[in-house]
Amino acid sequence: MSRKIDVGKRILSANERYALKNSQLLGEQKKLCLNMISSPGSGKTTILARTIRDVKDKIKIGVIEGDIQTDLDAERIKATEAPVVQIETGGSCHLSAAQVSGALEKLPVGDLDLIFIENVGNLVCPSAFELGESGKIVVLSATEGDDKPVKYPAIFAKSKVLLINKIDLLEAGAQVDFDVERVRADARKLNKGIEIFPISAQTGEGMNRWYDWLAESTKNLQGD
Amino acid sequence: MHETMVAESLLATISDEARKQNAKPVSAKISCGMLNAVNDKVLCFAFDAIAKGTSCEGIRLEIEHKLMQGQCKKCNERFDFKLNCPKCPKCDNEEFDLLPDAPLLLEQIEFEME
Ligand SMILES: Nc1nc2c(ncn2[C@@H]2O[C@H](COP(=O)(O)OP(=O)(O)O)[C@@H](O)[C@H]2O)c(=O)[nH]1
Ligand SMILES: [Mg+2]
Ligand SMILES: [Zn+2]
Repeated sequence: MSRKIDVGKRILSANERYALKNSQLLGEQKKLCLNMISSPGSGKTTILARTIRDVKDKIKIGVIEGDIQTDLDAERIKATEAPVVQIETGGSCHLSAAQVSGALEKLPVGDLDLIFIENVGNLVCPSAFELGESGKIVVLSATEGDDKPVKYPAIFAKSKVLLINKIDLLEAGAQVDFDVERVRADARKLNKGIEIFPISAQTGEGMNRWYDWLAESTKNLQGD
Repeated sequence: MHETMVAESLLATISDEARKQNAKPVSAKISCGMLNAVNDKVLCFAFDAIAKGTSCEGIRLEIEHKLMQGQCKKCNERFDFKLNCPKCPKCDNEEFDLLPDAPLLLEQIEFEME
């Protein structure tokens, strides 16, 4: 014999408590916080470094760097002179809201307009952990295949922006088979409002529309 | 994988209920949406490992995956969203809202009777 008890409790609640704390802190100070998610090597750090340099007169950016083992990416951001806090996850495949909460305490948040979080390279796990961010940015690069929205729908469904990176590799004559329009269509099926910017963090192509979106989003937040 | 963290929260919640009920749990039902990225086998494995030596040792986990729901803008029909066929099954309309993904929930615990 046994008896059953209905519980109906949300799991992950420890993480959610910290996420709420982070989003309250960011909300009170009207800071935009973007959580950047992609597979390893899609170009997150390259995009961040270029963005920081190109918009530094307009938008003050700070970075939280999640890395499994090293501080190589944090060093690349430091070279731009933006404030950066490194989180070594020690093997974990995603950042947790508690880790971000600790990192926010170390950043000069009051002096910034925008905080980027570079999540651990992984398209699956980070999408399930809210960090208290204002929005998620998913990066997909041209060498990863145009079937990724179909295979990993969660992150495309949840993101505000999709950056299709490394489009310099798609120039005429290149050996990369990647249909930007297919990615666009599949991502839109999952998420009608998603902004899609094809870019090259290497050549700078397409980056201006991304910068405009950032400028507008920070302004909207600070304006109201 | 992040299932370890889910398993830890789950263990804490079930242990809590078990203490309140003053009974031994035998199984637990969990439900989640498509976007939670929970792999059943990995979660069960992680849970078994951390539950060793606790009141939850050996309990059975049942995991239900709920499909994402769309709602037709024309006829209001609610339906299971499928990426390979994203339209209303009733009226074929392709304009619909994607409803929020189901959260990860501990639905039910089954306890041993004294
Ligand atoms: N061709 C090309 N290579 C790029 C581009 N963006 C990044 N990369 C290269 O891709 C590799 C991984 O970039 P990284 O920024 O470290 O990726 P992360 O792991 O997502 O942070 C590096 O060798 C970059 O130079 C791009 O737009 N075009
Ligand atoms: Mg990086
Ligand atoms: Zn319909």
